[in-house]
Amino acid sequence: MARVIEEASETKPRPSAWERERPALEFGSAWDYAPAPESRDHVRLAERYDLFIGGRFVPPKSRKYFATINPATEDKLAEVAEAGAADVDAAVKAAQEAYQRRWSKLKPAERGKYIYRIARLLQEQSRELAILESMDGGKPIKESRDVDLPLAVAHFFYHAGWADKLDYAFPRKTVSPIGVCGQIIPWNFPLLMAAWKIAPALACGNTVVLKPAETTPLTSLALARICQEADLPPGVVNIIPGAGETGGALVSHPGTRKIAFTGSTEVGKLIQRATAGTGKRLTLELGGKAANIIFEDAALDQAVDGVVNGIYFNQGHVCCAGSRLLVQESVIDTVVAKLEHRIATLRLGDPLDKNTDVGAINSKMQLDRITELSGYGESEGARMYQSSCKLPEKGYWFRPTFFTGVAQSHRIAREEIFGPVLAVMTFRTPDEAVEKANNIPYGLSAGVWTDKGSKIFKITAKMRAGVVWANTFNKFDPASPFGGYKESGFGREGGVHGLRAYVELS
Amino acid sequence: MSSLPRPFDASRIPRVDAVGIDERAASLAKRSIKKKSKEQGIRLAISMLDLTTLEGKDSEGKVRQLCQKAMHPMPGDPTIPSAAAVCVYANFVAVAKDALGASGVKVASVATGFPAGQVPLPVKLDETRRAVAMGADEVDMVIDRGAFLSGEYDRVSSEIRQVKEACGDAHLKVILETGELETYDNVRKASHLAMAAGADFIKTSTGKVTPASTPGVVLVMLEAIRDHYLETGRRVGMKPAGGIKTSKQALHLLVLVKETLGDAWLTPDLFRIGASTLANDLLMQLVKESSGRYQNEDYFTKD
Repeated sequence: MARVIEEASETKPRPSAWERERPALEFGSAWDYAPAPESRDHVRLAERYDLFIGGRFVPPKSRKYFATINPATEDKLAEVAEAGAADVDAAVKAAQEAYQRRWSKLKPAERGKYIYRIARLLQEQSRELAILESMDGGKPIKESRDVDLPLAVAHFFYHAGWADKLDYAFPRKTVSPIGVCGQIIPWNFPLLMAAWKIAPALACGNTVVLKPAETTPLTSLALARICQEADLPPGVVNIIPGAGETGGALVSHPGTRKIAFTGSTEVGKLIQRATAGTGKRLTLELGGKAANIIFEDAALDQAVDGVVNGIYFNQGHVCCAGSRLLVQESVIDTVVAKLEHRIATLRLGDPLDKNTDVGAINSKMQLDRITELSGYGESEGARMYQSSCKLPEKGYWFRPTFFTGVAQSHRIAREEIFGPVLAVMTFRTPDEAVEKANNIPYGLSAGVWTDKGSKIFKITAKMRAGVVWANTFNKFDPASPFGGYKESGFGREGGVHGLRAYVELS
Repeated sequence: MSSLPRPFDASRIPRVDAVGIDERAASLAKRSIKKKSKEQGIRLAISMLDLTTLEGKDSEGKVRQLCQKAMHPMPGDPTIPSAAAVCVYANFVAVAKDALGASGVKVASVATGFPAGQVPLPVKLDETRRAVAMGADEVDMVIDRGAFLSGEYDRVSSEIRQVKEACGDAHLKVILETGELETYDNVRKASHLAMAAGADFIKTSTGKVTPASTPGVVLVMLEAIRDHYLETGRRVGMKPAGGIKTSKQALHLLVLVKETLGDAWLTPDLFRIGASTLANDLLMQLVKESSGRYQNEDYFTKD
């Protein structure tokens, strides 16, 4: 190494011996993957989509249409009808009529048959729908193909099975449906959230009016087409795209007997206020700021893989994303080095490329919010690490990012960023880890990483979160209930617990 | 610094979560390798091949034919690289050396009582010295799995050190026989033990035991190599062997290397694939990439 020292110029600071000789891994392009885009050829995309009310696609009384764009290219995909108050009213009335005349009178086993049929059609059209989901929302095709679609299908199959077995779900009770359910879903898992909402509602004998998010309405409307193909009685499922106002009209419409909302805590609070005193049933699945806790005795490589999956999955647009990482001080350097290596290999780009790990940010608005919040990370003194991947010229993108040296009092450790940004903190003892993990207004999910079985039971029992994963993260199953504590909402979705929100018991 | 080797401290070895490692290996198996990257990957894989014959019925004729295949995998197409090495029993080292001449293809000899390793240490050392004396460029040794599983780490470590010494300038590949170690924790532990004892390469299997080179096992060993490098600055090579028959498997291995160790390991100097029948599938896929169709298997030589 003497040679290097001789060559170093006087003006430049000489690297220390450690920096000079420190072994480094290089993740370059010695052998790279060629582009492998999924073909869009068999996606049937209309220029204009109407509202799905009473089993038919009808133009909106509001006469308004809005554009939905591909966030990876900023190209307009289609125009979509926006439901105004009169349209919401028409949809709720159609749902009421379908409920009274057909759906509540149908034998439960017959209801089950329809839901099975939807599940099978969804499964058959999975490929097309996965591509459409990635085009409309920006998520990588490998996620829409391997997670969103299979899980959506599984939810319909699972709940179809419950339709004629509700008496066994609630022994010694008389089970009856509620009526018309107003359901409002977010843009991060558009079709999957539609499945989470519609499948249990139908299985329990209710009819629904569903409002998809304004940036991602296309797969919900494709689901509407599937309801037609399945010959579902008109009005049992109504789908009315729109923004906040449409949602507000749906919540306050006197005809809706139950409201199910997944979205931000802010809007959740508004909905709870609006439904207070109306006798409407309400379930809310809101924001989160989940902590992953890595103990020094964990399998660190797999823990880091899990953390990476927990925060960068779906660009961090996940309410249960593990956006805080608590690492035992004795292993912090190792964990940070491993995180650095892992984000260096994440492939960001075209969501339709089968090798893409991180897709596009869902909207300009969301990108601005992520940029703003991560700005606080640096200005408040945390150290930022970002992958050095190239960003495409058009579209909305944010590099996989994590901050070290974060304190509980930093904004990036308190506020939900809903993007690919991780806040890394340290702890010394298990009690401190639990205290820090729970010290947040949210309580949707958490993760615990240790190789010691007894520690898993001890720590997970103390976590104030609806879902706690041990040595894994982001595992979902329709049989398993999902939902939050504190400001992450109330009510559960999935499993027997999820059915409870859609039935009257006496 | 003391010249005495430090005793192997098994408690310092990182733990492996089996569910997590399998998930990661499976997710990397989904990488789509098409067109140019497929062609490049296949060429790279051919150049990393340790063409192997390790049978009781091996003969001079068989070994000479294998050497010809290693030097010219595709007769008439000089753009196809030659294999990295030919791997044989010690009895055939001289024959292989003669057949390969100055082609640059290395001769690897298995040694130390391959495949079980259940012979006295002096016999192992003698076998190693003789193989090297006859011209072996590389020695593939087996560890004493019995000793490893009964916790005699220092004995296993000391054997590897002595074999390494007996190798002289020849490169030492240490076969862990992961199928007999059974758990990922054992694989990780044995990897670190072998690297600390001086292995130039660590290798999964003899090919005589199943399961052999599973994606999970390969990933565990690659992660061990990565951590050893970051700690010591020494790059140890990796050789999966056993049950690797298709191009798809070979490309998946390259993906594991690319995303765990990075560019520096994507070379025959640091990554080898031990196989006896993989070569023809690689060639068949390569021809398919350029011609657009699969050829009859009889267009590829079976040696």
